[in-house]
Amino acid sequence: MQLRADFDAIANWVTPSSSLLDLGCGDGSFLEFIRIKRHVKTYGVEIMDASVLACVKKGLNVIQQDLEGGLALFEDQSFDTVVLSQTLQTIHQTERILREVVRVGKQCVVSFPNFGHWSHRYAVALGRMPVSKSLPYEWFNTPNVRVLTIADFEALAHKLGIDIMGRVVLHEGKVVQWVPNLLGSLAIYRVRGTQ
Amino acid sequence: MTELHLLKQTIHFVEPLPLQSGTSIENYDLVVETYGQLNAKASNAILICHALNASHHVAGVNPDDPSDIGWWDNMVGPNKPIDTNRFFVIGVNNLGSCFGSTGPMSINPKTNLPYGASFPVLTVEDWVNAQVRLADRLGIKQFAAVMGGSLGGMQAMSWATQYPERIAHCVVIASTPKLSAQNIAFNEVARNAILSDPDFHGGDYYKHGVVPKSGLRLARMVGHITYLSDDDMAEKFGRDLQRAAGAPDEYRFSFDVEFAVESYLRHQGDKFSGYFDANTYLLITRALDYFDPAKRFGGDLSQALSPAQAHFLVVSFSTDWRFSPDRSREIVKALLDNKANVSYAEIDAPHGHDAFLLDDARYHKLVRAYFEKVAEDRCN
Repeated sequence: MQLRADFDAIANWVTPSSSLLDLGCGDGSFLEFIRIKRHVKTYGVEIMDASVLACVKKGLNVIQQDLEGGLALFEDQSFDTVVLSQTLQTIHQTERILREVVRVGKQCVVSFPNFGHWSHRYAVALGRMPVSKSLPYEWFNTPNVRVLTIADFEALAHKLGIDIMGRVVLHEGKVVQWVPNLLGSLAIYRVRGTQ
Repeated sequence: MTELHLLKQTIHFVEPLPLQSGTSIENYDLVVETYGQLNAKASNAILICHALNASHHVAGVNPDDPSDIGWWDNMVGPNKPIDTNRFFVIGVNNLGSCFGSTGPMSINPKTNLPYGASFPVLTVEDWVNAQVRLADRLGIKQFAAVMGGSLGGMQAMSWATQYPERIAHCVVIASTPKLSAQNIAFNEVARNAILSDPDFHGGDYYKHGVVPKSGLRLARMVGHITYLSDDDMAEKFGRDLQRAAGAPDEYRFSFDVEFAVESYLRHQGDKFSGYFDANTYLLITRALDYFDPAKRFGGDLSQALSPAQAHFLVVSFSTDWRFSPDRSREIVKALLDNKANVSYAEIDAPHGHDAFLLDDARYHKLVRAYFEKVAEDRCN
């Protein structure tokens, strides 16, 4: 199975035998990966019936709920790590979910496709919305409801008082060091609340 | 293999069972049906707990009445979500019920008269204590799973906290950690219908050769409304008039059955009052009212569920307004607070509370998937 490029990067920030909550966990691929790799106690949150079923088939803990509704099921600082992996761009209540994520997690990992990648800028410059490996949808069928770049995320984190502890930017599975907002297609942040 | 291996038996218990009310009951029977076969390690047993009006007859055809199909036959059986080719499934009729286990209709061996009003008030916890004795008798040290819907889910939850080491998985469907004031109010209307029936005779109607049929009928009509969703009723009956084919679709300006929904409720009430015992209805609705594991922890459900060691599957249905998804979420939250292993699914189904008994592909796929994992651990 082809593992998503961000899995290894996230695993580096996860302490063995800790607890981890994956918001928008999909079919549970990451949870299955991290559970074996770091022996963590995992829970996923997912809205889609098919994804919930896939998680149950894998024997994973999964809670069916809509992230737009917030995280009332989870107490403050109740998880060592909360992961919001390539899900932020699909949520309308952006500020709310970010506040909730740092409320529940002692540390949080937030990843998203970088709309600032040069190929996306180029597509827009040519007059079309970008379709790429990291944004594989047409404008009319995309689940992505928020369009953001690395610079945008960092500005919002600052506004919300979210502390950025680490960042890895990837393109095609490789780490991008130089002008990441132009050359990176996937941004992964390690953050925490400051309250 | 498609054999259900249905075996019905009545098991007698001599020793007194202490009850939460402070009294006890001795020399009682529990009627049990089992399906499938217990493996050598006795690790593949699943206990199915029934709700208000059901019984030990969970699956298959009643050997005494071929028209009587088990109440969860779509869930339990060979190659069903709870596969009796792999699991040994037990259905038990609870104490106080009226399908063969000792209840208010039974003869009290001390008086040689029916218990009637003297039958002790029971709680969910009492039932679980009785079920534990049954497990001992059947040689089951730990259930692979205890499962139930509605009131049955309350029993499953109680197992997980009263006997945490004796249950590996706990499956709680369309249930609640406690009844709301509205839930209790509906139960009270139902009980009042029975209590105010002139044939009730303070609960000792058996010796008068009557049953409070009209009270029980009304109780069932009220109850039945709470099992269906508004949408489901609109879909099934709408405002259709109950008319013979070809009869004019006009009002008759009478208090006889006018609307299809009235005819349906009366039919349900008639059917139910023909086979169910009124004292049992009182007793079971009261057990529902009393269930509140958080009560002795100052309302803290997380603390109440903290002894649980089982893996949980909690399922709710979107249009269930009797025990709504919010009530299931309270259970899930308390389990999460304890970092218990839990999965929760909210099934988008139109059928209200009754959905837990009905065939729904998403629901059954989920339960099947869950029990396939249970089988990997327990069915060798």
